[in-house]
Amino acid sequence: MGDIILTMKDIDKSFPGVHALDHVNFEVRKGEVHALMGENGAGKSTLMKVLTGIYTKDSGSIIFEGKEVEFHNTREAQDAGIVIVHQELNMLGHLTVAQNIFIGREFKKGIRIDDKKMNEEAAKLFERLHIDIDPTETMSNLTVGKQQMCEIAKAISHEAKVIIFDEPSAALTESEIEELFKIIRDLRKQQLGIVYISHRMDEIKVITDRVTVMRDGGYVGTLITNECTKDDIINMMVGRVIYEDPKTESAVPKNAPVVLKVEHLNAGRMVQDVSFELRKGEILGFSGLMGAGRTETARAIFGADPKTGGNIYINGEKVEINTPQDAVKCGIGYLSEDRKRFGIVVQKSVAENSTMASMENFIKGLFINKAKENKVAQEYVESLATKTPGVDQLVVNLSGGNQQKVVIAKWLIRNCDILIFDEPTRGIDVGAKNEIYKLMNRLAEEGKSIIMISSEMTEILRMSDRIVVMCEGRKTGEIDISEASQEIIMNMATREI
Amino acid sequence: MSKAVVNTPAEKKKSMFSKSGNQKLIVFLVVIFLFIFFSIFSENFRKYTTVLSIMDYSYYIALMAIGVTFPLITGGVDLSIGTGLICYSLAGGYLVVHCGWPTWAGMLVSVLFGVLIGLLNGVLVSIMSLPPFLATLCTCMITRGLGSICAKSFGISWPTSGSEGSWFRDIFKITVGDTKYPLGFLWVLLLVMFMAFVLNHTKIGRYTIAIGSNKEATILSGINVRFYHIMAYVISGFFAGLASIAYSAVFSTVQPGTGAGFELEAIGGAIIGGVSASGGAGSVGGSLLGVFVICLLKTGLPYIGLQANWQQIITGMVLIGAVMVDILKKKKAATV
Repeated sequence: MGDIILTMKDIDKSFPGVHALDHVNFEVRKGEVHALMGENGAGKSTLMKVLTGIYTKDSGSIIFEGKEVEFHNTREAQDAGIVIVHQELNMLGHLTVAQNIFIGREFKKGIRIDDKKMNEEAAKLFERLHIDIDPTETMSNLTVGKQQMCEIAKAISHEAKVIIFDEPSAALTESEIEELFKIIRDLRKQQLGIVYISHRMDEIKVITDRVTVMRDGGYVGTLITNECTKDDIINMMVGRVIYEDPKTESAVPKNAPVVLKVEHLNAGRMVQDVSFELRKGEILGFSGLMGAGRTETARAIFGADPKTGGNIYINGEKVEINTPQDAVKCGIGYLSEDRKRFGIVVQKSVAENSTMASMENFIKGLFINKAKENKVAQEYVESLATKTPGVDQLVVNLSGGNQQKVVIAKWLIRNCDILIFDEPTRGIDVGAKNEIYKLMNRLAEEGKSIIMISSEMTEILRMSDRIVVMCEGRKTGEIDISEASQEIIMNMATREI
Repeated sequence: MSKAVVNTPAEKKKSMFSKSGNQKLIVFLVVIFLFIFFSIFSENFRKYTTVLSIMDYSYYIALMAIGVTFPLITGGVDLSIGTGLICYSLAGGYLVVHCGWPTWAGMLVSVLFGVLIGLLNGVLVSIMSLPPFLATLCTCMITRGLGSICAKSFGISWPTSGSEGSWFRDIFKITVGDTKYPLGFLWVLLLVMFMAFVLNHTKIGRYTIAIGSNKEATILSGINVRFYHIMAYVISGFFAGLASIAYSAVFSTVQPGTGAGFELEAIGGAIIGGVSASGGAGSVGGSLLGVFVICLLKTGLPYIGLQANWQQIITGMVLIGAVMVDILKKKKAATV
């Protein structure tokens, strides 16, 4: 490790209602890979966005190469040598690889853009990184992994001194991750400072030199990777937040009836020959990496996407589900991972959202029976402990966790016995998460059956009675919780198929 | 444990370029087909004068289509070009006819007026964040009113052929000996080539595509997206200005209050020519070919006994077809 190249001191940042960064400290040395860790919502991405000028800090200072700096946009940060490889890929699908890499600083011949030179330079860059990509290929034709390599090539071509990798491995296959690590080691040798944001503990151990941990927008501490254990890091990450213990055995009796049976479900590339059973009172976890096809499977079952084959049985009876209406009639409720787009109508009240899926029960003649609607919504606000000033409150004013409860209420009022939770705690803070977990457990105890799609391993291990693992559109494993471990699941999620 | 990399070079899809090339070829064949079709079924259609009149009709639509291709590729639209065209023509014409300005000065005013309205559209969309549909709908109404005010609600006739200052009409249709030549087609072709160059080989074009592809990513690439977004509308306005000159030159009188609907022919042409209805993809040459499909239908259908109303219906159906092709292409790309 060399000298300090970047110091962030006492960085503070608030958004309306959220103290996103609370006096955070962070430093990067030349020739080190510095992991930035913390749970979802701990403030890692926000900190990096402050660094690269996407957000403006409220207070604190950034010292880069000995001078205090303040970037107003990513361009200024790039020009100074700080580049970010984003979690969501920022590619321009209609342009070629080379055009993407040199976007914003094209080589020119007069007023003409010199595409030939850009292609050559991109080819040189790929050669240096030992990546095999055709610079003239249209970006949208590449796999996610290759697109990521292009992003990295783009970052390096900026003469970067500090490169930030924001969860780079989330969408990569193992061989691609190997390639990525090779590149990162190379960059480290060239004395660049590298920030590596990831949730994957094993990667942190393999690739990083130091680890800084954040929690709930605050700085917790910095460790040297070789001198600490995984448990040390986890302890710092979760801090005082008490987690329920992972389930050790299934709460579902062996002879519980099968409520949902899916046979040989096919729907495009992302759902290939998926079969499974869901029992009464069971929480069935769906695990897998990004792009494994879990959401697509759920959408196909729910009738939101067309199926190309397969049978669905509910309580032993074969059903035809071609539209979400069919699914709802069969008693299936779907809680989307993207609440704001598919789950709730934010500009409507709690009561209106709660009764949305079962309107016909609240109609008297031509009119909506407001009194009944409010009464029922109020009952569910109480039973789910939704924090809202009243049922006439607009949903947009509720927190993520309480919005999720409104969606749950919607399906419960509809009398759904099968609930599909797609990333139930995404964007929900830690305290509210626990409440959602408790609620899910309670629903299962009351005899509802739950499919829970989750990308968080801890969530899967803590909630599921049984776990289905998917990888690239196929079911690659199914295990009882008593036999499950993080390693086994990860193994299945990445196995060769 | 290791996993096979999903796509190999052999499996990769055809590149975007050849895709848009295919569409251009298809549209070109449609143009040829329509021409032959009308020629077979109508004796009158086969005449040289018909070709001249198709050309006359095509200039202003083609010029608008060249320009509007840019906002369309950003994922927006420009509805103000139709009424704008009339407005610019009236404004320039008024100065020439009633104030004694030289013809060239009137033409310059037309173009500058177009640029100005384009700039206004760009600012509304890019800086004030109005949806393009709404922003340009507003300027569409504004230019309609402005045009009438400029002309004091009377029709304006730019200098007619033979009179002093009518040289600009020769730009589009020149008479050598006894024969008239559609010279305007040459200019349109040159402008198409130039703007195709701008779209494919200059920053303005590159960033226009980038904005339509993924605006957020373009901003994060450190590009002055506001400026380039405005430029797309300025180009559209500039070409609406040029189109107004073509219109002034081809038609004897410009009537205030007209022009609504012209933009739809230009936008329709661009979309038939392969501009993606959701932005990101398109070509200037394709737009020109699309315009010719529309112009051929417009001129040709009356020759086979179908009224102008039918032209609207058939054009509408052709457009649905073109948009469906775009949607199917995307669906295919998404599932492959």
